[in-house]
Amino acid sequence: MALVKAREDALAARLLALAAPDAAGWLATARAGALARLQAMGLPARRDEYWRYTDPAVLNAPDAPVAARFEARDESAPFDGMDRLRIVFVDGVFDADASDDLTLAGVRIERLATSGTADIHWAQSLYGVLESNGQMPVARPFAALNSAFATDGVLVHVTGKTAKPISLIYVHESDTSDAILHHCIKLDPGAELTLLENGPAAARFCKVMEVDVAEGASFHHVRLQGRDHARHAVTHLFARLAARAELRSFTLTANGRLTRNEAVIDLAGAESRAHLAGAAVGDGDFHHDDTVFVTHAAQACESRQVFKKVLMNGAVGVFQGKILVKQSAQKTDGYQISQSLLLDEDSQFLAKPELEIYADDVKCSHGSTSGAIDETALFYLQSRGVPRAAAQGLLVLAFLAEAIQEIADDTIADDIRDRLERWLNRHAAKAGK
Amino acid sequence: MLKINNLHVKLEAEDKVILRGVDLKIGPGEVHAIMGPNGSGKSTLSYVLSGRDGYEVTAGSATLDGQELLEMEPEARAAAGLFLAFQYPIEIPGVGNMTFLRTAVNAQKKSRGEAELSAGDFLKLVREKAKTLKIDAEMLKRPVNVGFSGGEKKRNEILQMAMLEPRMCILDETDSGLDVDAMKLVAEGVNALRSAGRSFLVITHYQRLLDHIKPDVVHIMAAGRIIKTGGPELALEVEANGYADILSEVG
Repeated sequence: MALVKAREDALAARLLALAAPDAAGWLATARAGALARLQAMGLPARRDEYWRYTDPAVLNAPDAPVAARFEARDESAPFDGMDRLRIVFVDGVFDADASDDLTLAGVRIERLATSGTADIHWAQSLYGVLESNGQMPVARPFAALNSAFATDGVLVHVTGKTAKPISLIYVHESDTSDAILHHCIKLDPGAELTLLENGPAAARFCKVMEVDVAEGASFHHVRLQGRDHARHAVTHLFARLAARAELRSFTLTANGRLTRNEAVIDLAGAESRAHLAGAAVGDGDFHHDDTVFVTHAAQACESRQVFKKVLMNGAVGVFQGKILVKQSAQKTDGYQISQSLLLDEDSQFLAKPELEIYADDVKCSHGSTSGAIDETALFYLQSRGVPRAAAQGLLVLAFLAEAIQEIADDTIADDIRDRLERWLNRHAAKAGK
Repeated sequence: MLKINNLHVKLEAEDKVILRGVDLKIGPGEVHAIMGPNGSGKSTLSYVLSGRDGYEVTAGSATLDGQELLEMEPEARAAAGLFLAFQYPIEIPGVGNMTFLRTAVNAQKKSRGEAELSAGDFLKLVREKAKTLKIDAEMLKRPVNVGFSGGEKKRNEILQMAMLEPRMCILDETDSGLDVDAMKLVAEGVNALRSAGRSFLVITHYQRLLDHIKPDVVHIMAAGRIIKTGGPELALEVEANGYADILSEVG
């Protein structure tokens, strides 16, 4: 009983610190439902199975921990120079002046903040719906909290092939900002969208993105988290794919005290494909958690999970990945790999790969490894005249290559490779190697 | 060119002595061969010279053109002109052969204060050298040595040698795992690189490689020491009679 009481108190304190959003329209109903879900499940604790490797204390705390704003002055902002529609949020609040005009052929973009009071809206059938579906069998309290309290975000309805990517840029200004953003993205049959995300966002950041990909539609997502070090972030991607739909999501994470990225993907239509990939690099006070749940519910779908982490000076990496193949999902092709490269003995990688298969005609493979840099390969490169630090950089990039290959756009992939190389150089220099 | 004096080496991990006083002197343009039974220390010598971890030099020295090699990092030895063709070339998944070659060539140029090769010049050069070794474009694109056959790996070693233009080349059992045709191709590659300013140390078990790469001097190594030195006829003697005669002769 004491435990239940403690949970209730923690949730009450957390809720008290949150401003109750204006209540009206369809969104009020959705929020009320989310709040009820949150109250039923409570905030997470270390003893919860999916929080065993990641301490939720900072995310549970009523107030965001102080985090100074960060600006990288030694390299250009990600996606600079790309033709894209920019939507800027400062500490989790839409900034119209900094954003482009929200018009783009084949897309209708609205703000959650101004669309929620309407009586009916297409987002009604998406907002909190995929999140709610994704609460079983694993509870995701911060996603429910997000649906209950988010006041800003974008509602994107894609009806055709978009001419350029939509780029969400998260600016961090205040040292104590506690941002909650919720985006809903709906792709009509055959529609295509590339969505980019980058920026430090806030001192503490909680995000949910719900994506509904209709028949034959294609959603590409590339996200860069970092290089703000003081970040605490918990993000969720919920996606539902109809027949022959495609989803590709890649995340680069550099730095951050705590980052938990959850992805919950439902392959609901036959022959749909989802590729999820992540490359994370951390030095020192770094905790990065990828928690992924892919459900194969229809025939002949393909899923790939490719997550790679490079850890040094006590950095911690976590991977919890599951492939659930339902009885109806014959001819499933599932692949999951999670690997870490530990550059010293202080770093740690904790992995929990899971397969749960109820169909009998299925191809599923998974692997998880954790290892040091290959000294023989290092010597081989050195013996050809490549200095040790550069040789190590080359091998680290080679290790990350499989994840970066999941990015469909070569220009973005090259840029990410360059950013990683610079990060490795900076951190090798810091280590005095 | 290469001078080795009274070199003593032991394995760091096992405290096992491998080399017990190796003396060797190779002049510019000379080709020396080292033969010897298994476990005599031939490969250890090549690793110690190129700077691999795990060995401890307990006495002696090795210099390349007067520069003390044993104190240098492996990359500095390479920049100084030393090259080791590996007995078992290492596979590096994720690193393209081309990227690897270009990184190596330019790293050496940089450390010598020379201008790096442009992408175009590099490509031209590598294609030309690859062609003579019958290395096709596909092999250049693949990750370093990954999925290469034994022969392809060894040809790839010679390609690296041709690109890096070292002055002191050590070939560690380059003939192992090669069929006759592949061995000929590799030997031709090596012979094409022979010049007045470039020396070779060829480590091998068998005379047959020396039919193709003709040595000036042949050394016999046993129990961590060079026990006999002679001309090419010494290799023929080993081929005919094995090592037993020489070993008993030396005692």
